[in-house]
Amino acid sequence: MKIKYYPGCAQKNSAVNFEESSILAMQELGVELEELERWNCCGTVYSMTQDNLMLQMGAFRNLLRVEEEGENKLVTMCSMCYNTLKRANSFVKSSEKNMKKINDFMYKENHQYRGTVEVLHLLELLDKEIGYPKIKSRVKNPLNGMKVGSYYGCMLVRPKEYSLDSRFEDPDILERLLDTIGCKPVDFPYKLECCGAYQVVSSPDMVQNRTYKILMSARRAGCEALITSCPLCAYNLDQMQEKTQETFTDFEGLPVFYFTELLYLALKSQWLKNWNKYHNFDILPILREKKILGELVL
Amino acid sequence: MKRVGVFVCHCGVNIAETVNIEEVIKSIKEYPGVNMAQDYVFMCSDPGQNLITKSIRENKLDKVIVACCSPTLHESTFRQAAKEGGINPYQLEIANIREQCSWVHPDRKEATRKAIKIIKSMVEKVILNESLEPVKVPVTKKACVIGGGVAGIQAALDLADAGHKVVLVEKTPSIGGHMAQLSETFPTLDCSQCILTPKMVSVSKHPNIKIFNNSEVVDIDGIVGNFRVKIRKKAAYVDPDLCTICGDCSDVCPVWVPSEYDRGLAFRKAIYIPFAQSIPATFTLDIDNCLGLSPIACGKCREVCEPKAINYDVYDTIIEEEVGAVIVATGFDLYPVEEMAEYGYGKYPDVIDGLMFERILSATGPTGGEVRRPSDGKVPENIVFIQCSGSRDPERHNSHCSKICCMYTAKHAKLYKHKVHHGNAVIFYIDIRSGGKGYEEFIQDTIEKERVTYIRGKVAKLFQEGDRITVWGVDTLTGQKVEIQADMVVLAMAMVPGPDSRELIKKLKLSTNHIGFLSEAHPKLRPVETMKAGFFLCGTGQGPKDIPESVAQGSAAASKALAMLSSEYLHHDPDIAMVIEDYCCGCGICVSVCPYSARVIDTAEKIARVEEVLCEGCGSCISACPTGASQQKNLTDSQIFNMVDSILKGV
Repeated sequence: MKIKYYPGCAQKNSAVNFEESSILAMQELGVELEELERWNCCGTVYSMTQDNLMLQMGAFRNLLRVEEEGENKLVTMCSMCYNTLKRANSFVKSSEKNMKKINDFMYKENHQYRGTVEVLHLLELLDKEIGYPKIKSRVKNPLNGMKVGSYYGCMLVRPKEYSLDSRFEDPDILERLLDTIGCKPVDFPYKLECCGAYQVVSSPDMVQNRTYKILMSARRAGCEALITSCPLCAYNLDQMQEKTQETFTDFEGLPVFYFTELLYLALKSQWLKNWNKYHNFDILPILREKKILGELVL
Repeated sequence: MKRVGVFVCHCGVNIAETVNIEEVIKSIKEYPGVNMAQDYVFMCSDPGQNLITKSIRENKLDKVIVACCSPTLHESTFRQAAKEGGINPYQLEIANIREQCSWVHPDRKEATRKAIKIIKSMVEKVILNESLEPVKVPVTKKACVIGGGVAGIQAALDLADAGHKVVLVEKTPSIGGHMAQLSETFPTLDCSQCILTPKMVSVSKHPNIKIFNNSEVVDIDGIVGNFRVKIRKKAAYVDPDLCTICGDCSDVCPVWVPSEYDRGLAFRKAIYIPFAQSIPATFTLDIDNCLGLSPIACGKCREVCEPKAINYDVYDTIIEEEVGAVIVATGFDLYPVEEMAEYGYGKYPDVIDGLMFERILSATGPTGGEVRRPSDGKVPENIVFIQCSGSRDPERHNSHCSKICCMYTAKHAKLYKHKVHHGNAVIFYIDIRSGGKGYEEFIQDTIEKERVTYIRGKVAKLFQEGDRITVWGVDTLTGQKVEIQADMVVLAMAMVPGPDSRELIKKLKLSTNHIGFLSEAHPKLRPVETMKAGFFLCGTGQGPKDIPESVAQGSAAASKALAMLSSEYLHHDPDIAMVIEDYCCGCGICVSVCPYSARVIDTAEKIARVEEVLCEGCGSCISACPTGASQQKNLTDSQIFNMVDSILKGV
């Protein structure tokens, strides 16, 4: 199976490990992720201003590209991209007026968007199209013994109309994946609380506060690591740990993984050395301790 | 030639100011068929009515038009006057020239012209009117009450005391409803069971009341005054007449089941009595949880039963009862905590609903009345109550106000403070609605004397960490976020109709509002009647209400039913649908459109007929009939055409 994917900016910069592990893990499952030939910024926070059509254009243009390339499914691994693309899509699909207006702005394009594209998160692809039982049967290296918390953040489940899990106050799509690859999923109350997002630029103090609360809550619940599907969450929770330590002396960090990294580790029993540099909290000790590291490759 | 008399009312200046009465009289007098036309300042007054009666006799009138206000106001007044004058009351019609003319038109000339047209068209109608007699049906002097909560109990007792037989159908093993689960009642803090159980005993001892417990109404057919109620009674493995409530059977039963009465906070056996004062006073075998009726599977209870009350060889039975009236008192359920995503989907054992807390407070409850939390039995030192859980939240849950939560939450906090003196109680509220005798004083007392903290605002989220529950809320008066570490949280869940009653109501074709509460015939003036003749309603099935209101409504529904049952015959308006048999092809469209189940197919003759008692004269079948066989009495197609002709003449 081949499917178009939208990487988004972070996957080419701060979260290269996220993109690589996604592509590799999907390969193990017989799915080829094919990058869109042309793509641009998903619009990020700007496109969430729903009363301003202009701000939807970034996300919209990406959807148009998918149709232009003759496809009708688009998968993305980043929570933020998923949210903006899905919202822009339903925004134009729900109103002919919106669709026409925004298409009119695209007069320089050779194609008019018809609304045939379905936006999927990689998790949806794993859960609904491939199916967790099938993934389980492909697991070579069950990550037994590792207690992992699922950090959803906001973009996967908010607003509720765009949630990828109908239990938006208590989703379990990540927990079920953890269970599939052999980890012990650990529930913790802060799994949906805001990581501070872009405030890290202007108010790093606030983000330190959030990081402290989220990670300490996960620790209290018994988590040995966290997984996430958002490069921004990963940045705030992982890269901010040292600064958080400076502010909160009792703070203790945790390794933070992308869910695809653990998925690939479970499927192929391989860890790419290159990924280490994207992790602030050293992830190797826990993997060694649990004897699940597998083969370290370049 | 017909002799029509027309009487035009001035209604003081209400009509006369806008409509030129003199001109109306002059024009009407010349209309074919009109024998006389006269005006009067207040037709509805005594002299006005006498004028009609006298004129009918003197001028030998056989038809009368009164041009006045809407027929909803005085049609029956004037028809009575016509009857006194010696003609059939249905030979009198109202021409509405007030609401539909003088009140809505400013132009005197145009209004006068319209009034003349309205009157002339009504003259055309009345000329073809038939003399009708009210439809008469005998009444079965027995009532069925569905639901044995406090409202149903009250209705049954009132009907029975008045001398009528009552069939009381209750789904669960015992009557008493939710009130039997409550600890104390606001605002007087009297013990709920102490005031309810005497009523339950009266029901069981009353010679006129027959209780069907463990039973459900399957179907009701027939017509007002003569219903046939089909009741499914679950097999009674324990004979109530023989059972001495010794409890030996329960002692040997090996199966533990969460108790419905204690809302899952305690366990009962598969053979059990819901609570000590249950009525009927007998053990019940819960077949769904029993190991099996065969002595090979278990059979312990039958072995130990000394009076030989247990018999496994019985089956569900369908009982048919003939009744004249039905009172629907199906009650409420609490909106499930499992729907409250923000409060943990019911996954935290120490986040409970109000009825569970009632059980915890109750002396007969699982903790013997001591306030202890379900998870580990600890006494909660910090307790948070959240009002409007699932209520007043149209986006996520229910839009309605559940009305009683403000009061019972205050009661909960007060009783908690009585039992845990050093404990802290915090109540989150949106508004405090304490309209009722002594209610506001009760709330003030809770705040001032019991020192319960009231925070105006909602709780956004709850979660458990360790053995405590973190409550994230907002104080909307200060605009501050609030975080409380609580040992236990009580949710004042919304009152909604339960799934079983929803299904029953649907089966009975009774109308409801969008939440599923029964609709009354008129929200103000017919509060305990339904749109279906012979069906009355009371209690929380109609909407959230407290005990005094439920009881009052139970009595009200009983008195409405009594008014019906106390007469030998029922009279029904005769201006309803009829069938011209020669035109009818028996297609049955009328049957499918009739909202009152008044149209039936006569399978022998292969034509449709009208159950005259059920027909409300709405006209749906008449407009739907493809052949013109369905006609409305005194509003036939010919009459309508003549009226239209008359109105359009000279346009």
